[in-house]
Parts: sequence; C-alpha cells; structure tokens
Amino acid sequence: MDGVDPNQVVNADAPALIRISGVGKRYSGGTHALQGIDLTVAQGEFLSLLGPSGCGKSTLLRLIAGLGEPSEGTIDWPRASYDAGGKPERSIGFVFQEPTLMPWATVFENVYLPLRLDGARRQTVAAQVEDAIEGVGLAGFAKAYPRQLSGGMRMRVSIARALVKRPKVLLMDEPFAALDEITRMRLNDDLLRLWAGRGWTVLFVTHSVYESVYLSSRIAVMGARPGHMRELITVDAPYPRDEPFRLSASYNEYCRITSASLRGAMGGVGHQP
Amino acid sequence: MNEDSRPVSPAMRVAVPLVLGIVVLGVWEFLVWWLEVPKFVLPPPSAIVKSLANDYPSLLVSLWITLRITLMAFFIALATGVLLAVLSVQSRLVEISIFPYAVMLQVTPVVAIAPLILIWVGVEHIDRALLILATIVAFFPILSNTTLGMKSVDHNLRDLFQLYGASRWQRLRMLQLPAAQPYLLGGMKISGGLALIGAVVAEFVAGSGTGSGLAWRIVESANRLNIPRMFAALLMLSVLGIVIFLLLAGLETLLLGRWHESAVRRER
Repeated sequence: MDGVDPNQVVNADAPALIRISGVGKRYSGGTHALQGIDLTVAQGEFLSLLGPSGCGKSTLLRLIAGLGEPSEGTIDWPRASYDAGGKPERSIGFVFQEPTLMPWATVFENVYLPLRLDGARRQTVAAQVEDAIEGVGLAGFAKAYPRQLSGGMRMRVSIARALVKRPKVLLMDEPFAALDEITRMRLNDDLLRLWAGRGWTVLFVTHSVYESVYLSSRIAVMGARPGHMRELITVDAPYPRDEPFRLSASYNEYCRITSASLRGAMGGVGHQP
Repeated sequence: MNEDSRPVSPAMRVAVPLVLGIVVLGVWEFLVWWLEVPKFVLPPPSAIVKSLANDYPSLLVSLWITLRITLMAFFIALATGVLLAVLSVQSRLVEISIFPYAVMLQVTPVVAIAPLILIWVGVEHIDRALLILATIVAFFPILSNTTLGMKSVDHNLRDLFQLYGASRWQRLRMLQLPAAQPYLLGGMKISGGLALIGAVVAEFVAGSGTGSGLAWRIVESANRLNIPRMFAALLMLSVLGIVIFLLLAGLETLLLGRWHESAVRRER
C-alpha cells in the first residue's frame, strides 16, 4: 500500500460515520473473500468501492449492511445508537444489483414495504411514499406492476424504496451494471441530484472506472484474492457535476489515475509472471 | 409454442372444437345405426341423451354426493397441504420428518389403502372412508408445490426483509406466501382433478354406503347392462371435472393476471 492513510477523509471536519478496521471474511467453504480492510466512511461523502470481480467489494458492502458477520475485525458506527442486543441501528438503504422488486406488488406497495415492515399504516405514510416515487421521477406510476416497467424504471423503484425511510447511508451494489449506457448515465445524474445537499452518504460498488470517477468524492480501489484495500483516490472536483465535467480534462486525468490504480490491483493477481 | 402461428379468435376457440364434437357424434350415431351395434355394447348418442333426460333426478343426487366428497376432500387437502408446507418451511426439522411420509402416502396406490381405511372407519361410515381416500390423493400436489414455491423466494428479497428487520410472520405473509401463489395455484389445478378421481376410485373400491355417488351409478348400470345410463353418468363426471378445472384456471387468472408471466398475454 503506497503510503495510503486509510483513515483520510474528504474534509477533516466531516465526522466518521462508519469505521471499518481490520475486517476479514472467510467463508466456511474456505474462500478467503476479504483481508485486513481498514476504511473510514465520512458523513456526507460519495464513496465508491472499485475493483475487479472477485475482489470482495460486494461482500464488504453486505458486511456493512449487517448481512453476515466479518470473520475478523470490526465495523463500528460511531454515531449510531446501539440496541439492547448490541447491534447498531444502522439507518441504511440497500440497492441490489437487480431491482429486486416484489413482482406481485405495485410500485406503491414495493416502495411502501420498508415502512410497512416497521408497522407504519398506509394512510399515515402515503404522502411519504408518493414523495419517494416522485423523487426518482416515477410520478404517475404508483399503480403499475414491475413487469410493466423498463429495466431503468425498475431500478428507480428500487432506489425509491431504499430512500423512503430517509436513511443516513445508501449502500448500492453495482446497481446500474445491467443497464444500457444511456439509461445508466441518466440514472447517474439523477442519483447525484438526489444525493446533493441532503447530507446523506453513499457507498457505491462498481467495476466501472468512468462511473466511479463521475460520481464519487472518493474512490477506494480494491484488489483480489483475497480482497484487500489498494488505494484511496480523492476526486477533488466540485459538485454538482454534469456533462461538462464528463468532458473535462480533470475528469480524464482522474480516469487515468484510477485506471492505473485498478490495473495495478489486477496485476497483483496473476496477470504478471 | 406452436409451429402454426395463425391467430385464433375466441369465437373460433369455441366453435372449432364444437364442430368437431358434433361431427364425431354424428358419425358415432350413424355407425351404430348402420352396423346395428347392440345398445349394451355401444349405445348411440341419442340413447345417452334420452337416458340422461329420464334418469336425471337420480343421477343429479349421485352427482351431488360425488361433488360434495370431491369439494370437501379438495378443501381439506388445500388446508392441510398449505399448513404443512408453511410449517416445513419454518422448520427444517418438521420438513425432514414430514416429507418421507407424505411421499409414501403419495406413491402408495389409493386402491391399496382403501380396505384398511374402510376397516378403520367402519362399514357404517363409508362416506368418511371416501373422503379420507380422496383427500390423500389430492393432498400431495398442494404440499409439494407450496413448499417449492415458498422456497423459491428471490435471495435478495429475503436479504431485504432481513435488512428491515422483518419478523417471521411478516416474512411469511408478505414474502413467502405471495411468492408461492403461482406454485400453489398450479398445485390446486392438479389437486382439484385428483380429488374427483380419488372420490370416484374410492367409491369403486369401497362401495357406496348409504348414498350412491356417480361411481356407484356406473358400477350399477354396468351390472344391469344399462350402458346408456353408464355413459350418462360418465358424461356428468367429465363435465364436473372440466368445471372444476375451469374454475381453478379462472381463479389463477384472477390472482396472477396482473403480475405473473404465466398469466400475462403478450402482444407480438
């Protein structure tokens, strides 16, 4: 690790939201997915986890979400309150690689689900659900069923569902990987618009250099076998970012740096003699 | 998919089989008359219709008896099948203890269990024996399909429910049962037909008891060489089977029509 300080944050005054130290994950089948991960996620940042497939970035995201326990190390939520069982109240939204909607339920019912599981009555939260649906640009589709929507629209529903409880952190696991380029760019822009100025944090798993540079304030480049942290790249470009940024020299420069880092990460896993 | 992709209108869907049926009946009627086939070997359709018209009061009573056993067996099978499926999905222990016996009940021919059941319930309660036998036959598709359906929930959706701290009950009601719906309805279509078959076969084996269902009418008509009435009873049985199937298919469209691929019509 080329002198990287894993605990560096975007701006010094932003408090740490998640503190990951020495996290490793070994599955019972013997797969060594992660080793020695140190990472501090600052409140309000847009942090991408970038790496080749098999580098454990999705595994790390799932551990942060509480879907599974790390085999070693700890994941702390310094600012969260802990419940009686010692589990942090994480306040997260999760967007999977697939839209993961309930096909038998309408858009409204799908977005309402997290609130419904909390015991909230439909009438009392209807406006909140409608807001979330409108927020992702799907006003008027509340009564539609998932199969009536395009892939991009389904992903929007999935994002609305993740945001409906107004979480502090949005965890996204390669959410746009299966979408076409145009839809993907539009969703990138919409995601930035949703994120801008609301104070919530995004942790975004991707294998696209261009996507990570466009979106992130910081990029954590990971290497594989076992998954480890390689480098942290701060993308020091102001928000809001839009088409001009995508065409700018600094965007290109960051893409170059990030690509080089990613190539380094892949070089370490048997692509060199 | 069919090789022949010509469009078929709903009217043709009814008209074409109807025309075929009328032609077949006409040929049948003609051949029986032409070859002078005796009535007790193969009655002409006209004799069957006549027998249906003459005997329908007693045949309807039999139809009702068979129908009642079929419906009761079907609903008991539905309730116990779904209940056991829910239990076996909740607990692996329940699943591994139940399943071998469910399979055993399924693969043992119902005809072979009938005498045993008859002894247990006593000859004065033959209708109970019929009900038990028909239920045994109808039960397995419900259990196995519902279990399979509840287990084939999307893994990510399951994770999502875990993330939001869903209780077991919430997961069952909002995730597993809705996901199992298409499978359950498929099982119900099979099971509805099997309940009828079970009711008829059981009556053949166990006898009629106090009332006599359609199966017993068939046995009785055969003994008396009243073949037209036998055909009339057969006709009623198959119409009953078709009605059960259509009702369940209609229920399937009603419940799945808006969301499930199997029930959605695609325009091409």
